[in-house]
Amino acid sequence: MLYMTITKDNFKKMVEGLMENNEVIGPKWRDRDAQGNKIYRFLKLNNFEELQMDYTRSYSSPKNFFLPFKEDLVTYQLDDVNWDQNIQYRVHPRVIIGMRACDINALRKLDEVMVNSAYPNPYYVARRRNTIIIGLDHEPLDDCFCRSMNAHVAFQDFDIFMTDIGEKYFIAINSDTGYMIVNRSGGQEVTDEDQQLFKRVKKDIKSKFKTQVDVTIVPELMDLEFESDVWEKWGDKCLSCGSCAMVCPTCYCYGVEEEGDLTFTCAIKRRFLYSCNLLDFAAVAGDHNFRPEPHIRLKYRYYHQFRGFVEAYDQSLCVGCNRCGVACLAGIHPKAVINDLIETEKP
Amino acid sequence: MSLKIPHHDINLEPFMSREPDFNRKSMRMQTERSFKSQILSAIMLTDQEKLFHIRICDPSIRENFTFLPGQFVMLELPGCGEIAISISSSSSNREFLELCVRKVGRVTGMLHRLEPGAFVGIRGPFGTHFPMQEMTGSNILLIAGGLGIAPLRSPIFWTNDHRVDYKDITVLYGARDPSQILFDYQVEEWRKIYGLEILTIVEHPDEHWDGHVGMITDLFDDVPIDPDETFAVVCGPPVMFKFVCSYLSDLGLPRQRMFVSLERRMHCGMGKCCRCNVGSTFTCLDGPVFDYWTVMNLKEAI
Repeated sequence: MLYMTITKDNFKKMVEGLMENNEVIGPKWRDRDAQGNKIYRFLKLNNFEELQMDYTRSYSSPKNFFLPFKEDLVTYQLDDVNWDQNIQYRVHPRVIIGMRACDINALRKLDEVMVNSAYPNPYYVARRRNTIIIGLDHEPLDDCFCRSMNAHVAFQDFDIFMTDIGEKYFIAINSDTGYMIVNRSGGQEVTDEDQQLFKRVKKDIKSKFKTQVDVTIVPELMDLEFESDVWEKWGDKCLSCGSCAMVCPTCYCYGVEEEGDLTFTCAIKRRFLYSCNLLDFAAVAGDHNFRPEPHIRLKYRYYHQFRGFVEAYDQSLCVGCNRCGVACLAGIHPKAVINDLIETEKP
Repeated sequence: MSLKIPHHDINLEPFMSREPDFNRKSMRMQTERSFKSQILSAIMLTDQEKLFHIRICDPSIRENFTFLPGQFVMLELPGCGEIAISISSSSSNREFLELCVRKVGRVTGMLHRLEPGAFVGIRGPFGTHFPMQEMTGSNILLIAGGLGIAPLRSPIFWTNDHRVDYKDITVLYGARDPSQILFDYQVEEWRKIYGLEILTIVEHPDEHWDGHVGMITDLFDDVPIDPDETFAVVCGPPVMFKFVCSYLSDLGLPRQRMFVSLERRMHCGMGKCCRCNVGSTFTCLDGPVFDYWTVMNLKEAI
C-alpha cells in the first residue's frame, strides 16, 4: 500500500475536482434527534460545505448505494400474450467520501455474497465497480463495538483511506484511481513528523473503545441457547418493524414484486430491501408461516448474523456499528442480547 | 482541475459472456434473464392441481437446458410474479418441462387461468438434486405424500429410464382421499412396469376405493426393506418426514441415505434474498434436496 498526505486545503480542491465530473456522496447533516444530537446521512453532495467531515455516525449505512431500498431489476414490454425483457446494469461512476472502517468491512462481507459466491449479483457488481471509496478514520462512539467484531480497521476494499492528523490528512492508497486522485490534488510524501502524528492518532483511537462484546463462543451459543428464554424476553419487545435491517450495513434480505401498468403494455420487476423481522418474511401460499412469532424472527436475525454467516464465510455478518440498536423503537440492543445469551444460566 | 473517473462497463467482464452452464451452481451472470417459454398444454389433475407442459422457445437454449431430478425452476408471469416450482418431468425429456402446480396463491391462481399458447418465463434450474448416480446398484424406496408426488415424479422417471442400474424400485404414495390422488392414470401405467412396485394408500376412502386405507407408514408392513442397500427418497408434508424417517432409521437405514425435499418461500433461487433461510443455510442453494442427517442439524427444518 502507498501512503501520502494531503493538506486540508488541497483536500477541498480534491473534493471539488471530483464533483465536477462525478456524482459525489458524503455524510450530510439532515436533522436533530430528540436529545438534540445531529443526525447524519450519506447523500449526494452539491458543494464542499455540505460535507461533514466531523460527523459521528450516519443513521442509515452507505450500503444503500450498493443495495438500494428499491431497484428495478427488469422492465417488460407486454403485448397481448407475448412479452420482451429488458435488463440494464449501467451505473455512472461515483465517489463516496467519509466511509468508516466498519462500513468498508461491511461491504467486504456483502462482496462475499454478492460477488464471490455462486450467482453473482450483476446489479451490485456494477455499482461496486463504479464506486470510488474514500474512507475516514474516526474516534469511536461510546456504543461502537466494531473492535470486538474485528471491523474497526480497514486494510482493503477502499481506494483511499484518510486519517485526520491535524493540518493534514494521512492517506493510505489502495488503487490506481485512488493514486491518480491524490497525486493530481497535490498529495505529498509522508514526512517523519506525519508518521509520528499518525501513530499518535491511531493509538488515541484505539484507547477510546468503551463497548466490548465477547463473541468468541456466540456461534455455539446460537445452537445451544436456541430454546433459551432470552429470545422471548427480547423478542416480545420486538415490534416487527424491520428498522434494524434497513439501517444495518450488512443486512441484504430482499423481496421481489412485479407490477404491470393499467393498460398492461409494460411491467416492472422490482427488488426492495426486506427484513427477516417482518411478519410475512417466511410466509408461504396456503396460509402457512414458518416463523409466525416475533421472537422466532428476531432469533433468526441473530442466528444468520452470528451463526449462519460464520458457517458459510468464517466471519460474522455483524460489524458492530450499533445502528440497529440506535434505530430500534423497542430498545433492543445487540450488545445486551448477546450478553444475555452469554450470561444466561439454566435454573 | 478535473478528476473524471472512467466508467467501468460490467458488460465487458468475461463472466457476462460466459456460456451458461445449466446445472448446479452455474456462475451465470445475467441472473434475472428468464428464458421465454410457451405453455404447450395443461392437464387438469384435480380441481386444485394442473400439470403444465412448458417449452423453452429458443431452440438452442432448449437444447442446452438440462436438469437433474429434484431441482426446481423459477417460473415467472411477467407483471404478476415469480414462484419456485419443482420440476415434475423426466430429465430425459429435452423437449418440454412438466410442472405440477397447485392453485394456492396469487401467481398460481393467475397461472391456472392461462391457456395453452401463453408465454411465461423460466429461470434455472436451481438447487440440489437427488443423487441418482450414487444410488446405482441399490434398492430405491420412493415415498410421496400428497403433492409430494410432483417432485418425486422426476426420480421415478429416472429409475425407469435407467432401470438396469438399480435393484428393486418401490414407490409408496399416500393421499388424503381418492379424489386427491394425482397422476392416477400414470400410477396405473407404472404398476405395469416390470420391477417397479407401486403401492397407494388413502386416509379417507370413498365407496369405490378398494386399496389400502391408513397413513403412509402403514404401507411399511407390506414392504421388506434391506437397510444395507437401500436409498430412500421422501417428499411430502414435513410431519410425514418425521414419521417416515424415524421409522426408516429405526430399521437401520443410515440418515445420509434418506433424502427429503424441503419447501420454503423463495424470491430469487440464488441464495441472495434470504427468504428460504433454514437453520444456517438456504434452501435454494444447499437444498431443496437434503439428506436427513443434514436436516436434523438444521434448526427448525421440519
